[in-house]
Amino acid sequence: MKYVDEFRDPDRARALTLEIHRLVERIDRTRGGLERPLQIMEVCGGHTHSIFRYGIHQMLPPEVEFVHGPGCPVCVLPMGRVDDCVALAERPEVIFTTFGDAMRVPGSRTSLLKAKADGADVRMVYSPLDALEIARANPHREVIFFGLGFETTMPSTAMTVLQAHAGHIENFSLFCNHITIIPTLKAILDSPDLRLDGFLGPGHVSMVIGTRVYRFIAEQYRRPITVAGFEPLDVLHSVFMVLRQIAEGRCEVENQYARIVPEDGNAQALSAIQQVFEPREFFEWRGLGSIEHSGVRIRDTFAAFDAERKFPVANLQFSDPQACQCGEVLKGLIKPHQCKVFGTACTPDRPLGALMVSSEGACAAHYRYARIDTSALTGRAVVRTGSAPAALRVQA
Amino acid sequence: MCLGIPGQIIAIHDAVNNLALVEVSGVRRLINIAFIVDEELPPAACVGDWVLVHVGFAMSRLDEAEAMHTLALLRELGEMDEAGELDELDDLRSATDTFSATGSTP
Amino acid sequence: MNDRINKLRDVTINLGHGGGGRAMRDLIEDVFVATFDNPALAALEDQAVFPLAELARHGDRLAFTTDSYVVDPLFFPGGDIGALAVSGTVNDLAMSGAKPLFLSCGMVIEEGLAVDTLRRVAASMQRVAIEAGVSIVTGDTKVVERGSADKLFINTAGIGIVPAGVNISARRAQVGDAVIVNGFLGDHGVAILIARQQLALQADVASDCGPLGSLVATMLGACDDIHCMRDATRGGMATVLNEFAISSDVAIHIQETAIPVREEVRGACELLGLDPLYLANEGKLIALVPARCAQRLLAAMRRHPAGTHAAIIGEVVAQPAGIVILQTEFGGQRIVDMLVGEQLPRIC
Repeated sequence: MKYVDEFRDPDRARALTLEIHRLVERIDRTRGGLERPLQIMEVCGGHTHSIFRYGIHQMLPPEVEFVHGPGCPVCVLPMGRVDDCVALAERPEVIFTTFGDAMRVPGSRTSLLKAKADGADVRMVYSPLDALEIARANPHREVIFFGLGFETTMPSTAMTVLQAHAGHIENFSLFCNHITIIPTLKAILDSPDLRLDGFLGPGHVSMVIGTRVYRFIAEQYRRPITVAGFEPLDVLHSVFMVLRQIAEGRCEVENQYARIVPEDGNAQALSAIQQVFEPREFFEWRGLGSIEHSGVRIRDTFAAFDAERKFPVANLQFSDPQACQCGEVLKGLIKPHQCKVFGTACTPDRPLGALMVSSEGACAAHYRYARIDTSALTGRAVVRTGSAPAALRVQA
Repeated sequence: MCLGIPGQIIAIHDAVNNLALVEVSGVRRLINIAFIVDEELPPAACVGDWVLVHVGFAMSRLDEAEAMHTLALLRELGEMDEAGELDELDDLRSATDTFSATGSTP
Repeated sequence: MNDRINKLRDVTINLGHGGGGRAMRDLIEDVFVATFDNPALAALEDQAVFPLAELARHGDRLAFTTDSYVVDPLFFPGGDIGALAVSGTVNDLAMSGAKPLFLSCGMVIEEGLAVDTLRRVAASMQRVAIEAGVSIVTGDTKVVERGSADKLFINTAGIGIVPAGVNISARRAQVGDAVIVNGFLGDHGVAILIARQQLALQADVASDCGPLGSLVATMLGACDDIHCMRDATRGGMATVLNEFAISSDVAIHIQETAIPVREEVRGACELLGLDPLYLANEGKLIALVPARCAQRLLAAMRRHPAGTHAAIIGEVVAQPAGIVILQTEFGGQRIVDMLVGEQLPRIC
């Protein structure tokens, strides 16, 4: 596949891995030793998925670690909102449409998938436009689309509302759970016990909002950030670029994904968002609590397409069990497998907290793809040194 | 919500409503191209262009020159190794090899 | 035989056709007996009877299996529910090394189904039965009220005979065994997804639905000691490999670059966020064989039409037991876990 396969080239991976080792050595020398591993947060659930799907975390020297950020909109869906989805879906007149990811997320009592089995008309769609088509084809039913995701998915949802408006499609509405990335990043950066050394910026959010919006991370919070693509070579290349910034003492916004991400973002997409949505004062995030101005709601102009105004929505709040340590994992203080309930009380089948809920959540991905350190167990040579030069783990 | 894949626009289905046929590795789907067209670049001019496909929309044009540039950069990084640093890699390995409990390399 | 055809004048199935009377008899004779065309069925007894000595000619153990088929849509590129119902059960028998011989066919028909649909399904079943060298020798027909079944459900049970000396079991994997697959993975899964039309994709992908008995016979000729063999239906290859790893308490190590996947299936998976390792197949088997047989077996499979793209994709190792590990095309490794629930397209 063009523009995909080239960015999965294992030979390029080897070369990059070597360069990453060299950079780490250099940083190590400059600082007179590293007290703790360098921690790079990848914000996006899609990056978390790539890292585990290709085993990229194993290819890094032990002095560099990924911290899996909160950029998995499915994981951070509050249970109360899932309950609201189910309640809407259970209304006999409603056809509830959603992306596949959201169907398995458990609310306080059940999930959309289970509600479907119990008779609710829940339908999976690939695109919000498909949901609009369903509305056109079923004029006597109320079609609700469950809109979630960061700025990546907002334009498509917005465009769908605009089309519904233009086409006078009265039986279509949006249950809006879109969240914004910048307040989220600020909340992470403002944590008192933050230890992050750099960021992999969200590639597809950035194709909408551009890269200039991240300047505050470099300038105010003094952390390097590289906006990264999603193929494994993109991820590795971006890690290299962040480490290079650290080695050279720079704090800048770099764009590794320039083939897709324009610096100014996408004007038409931003315009659609602007027309349809406005910020919500508060929005609850599972695992992180409430973050100011991190959510959006539908403007009054399009109130007729707002499921929250058309139908009763309880919006109750539920907290995760005491044992849940998602907050600490999100900030990089502990790794998934260091959580006391990881793999025991908390598994993808029976998740206790946000990060185990969807397959892109840090804990779920770790559990599914990496709960066993396979590199040590399949007979491949693992080279370790006690001190400099940096340890090498090479896949022949 | 990050899943997006490069695809090539192979035909315009409905220019007025911004619908185009995109192909990804032999799989075709109608997508909405509203976000990548404007007065200077109308739908008809998009045939043959590579775009990022996400939930039924073209979200961005793929800048082929930039893609080549990134690949060239990556190749350069690779070439620095082929000059002999890969030997350094091998030296390091043989000097400090430890093998895992299950045995030697296959 | 000719006086049986064209007795049935009805255009759609109604409850009377399942009532046990004249209408049902006409349906059975006109659609099933006429199509399946074999002496055992034509006798229209309540059971088919075979001399044991006849069966024992083929081997020393009886293999017996059953499966029910509930696919939607009924017809899709590359096959239909009838073809699936025959090849699926034939394949379950063949995976033990058995020569499949006889099938039963139980149908639950939703009132209102077109008779023509039933004829097409029956014709398809017979076509595959002939290809597989089996006969459909007994059956049952029920008609239920509208809404009580989704158009048509078919159950087929099958018997076959396992040749002496053939011992294939999920518990027999041994360290050093080669992992072999007979061709492209994921075709059926993607063909069905596309046929359902909910995702509005177009692609030239057809189901790989087909009987594997002949391929298995070829394989038995090329390798005297196949350890494990299973067809990769629901849950895909990943599920079969995990079953082998757990049952035999071994680890299985596979190479992503060696796994055959069609370009279009790759494309659909990338678009939808699906993993081809978990997609359903209806004409693909995974076999674990001693390393000494592997190359000869591969060559023999590639000469057979059902194995043209056969490939060795990995090997059995000792640790970590019960786990399947994938060496990714990029160089890193990951676990290939058991599927939890159904694989759903994702956008994250």
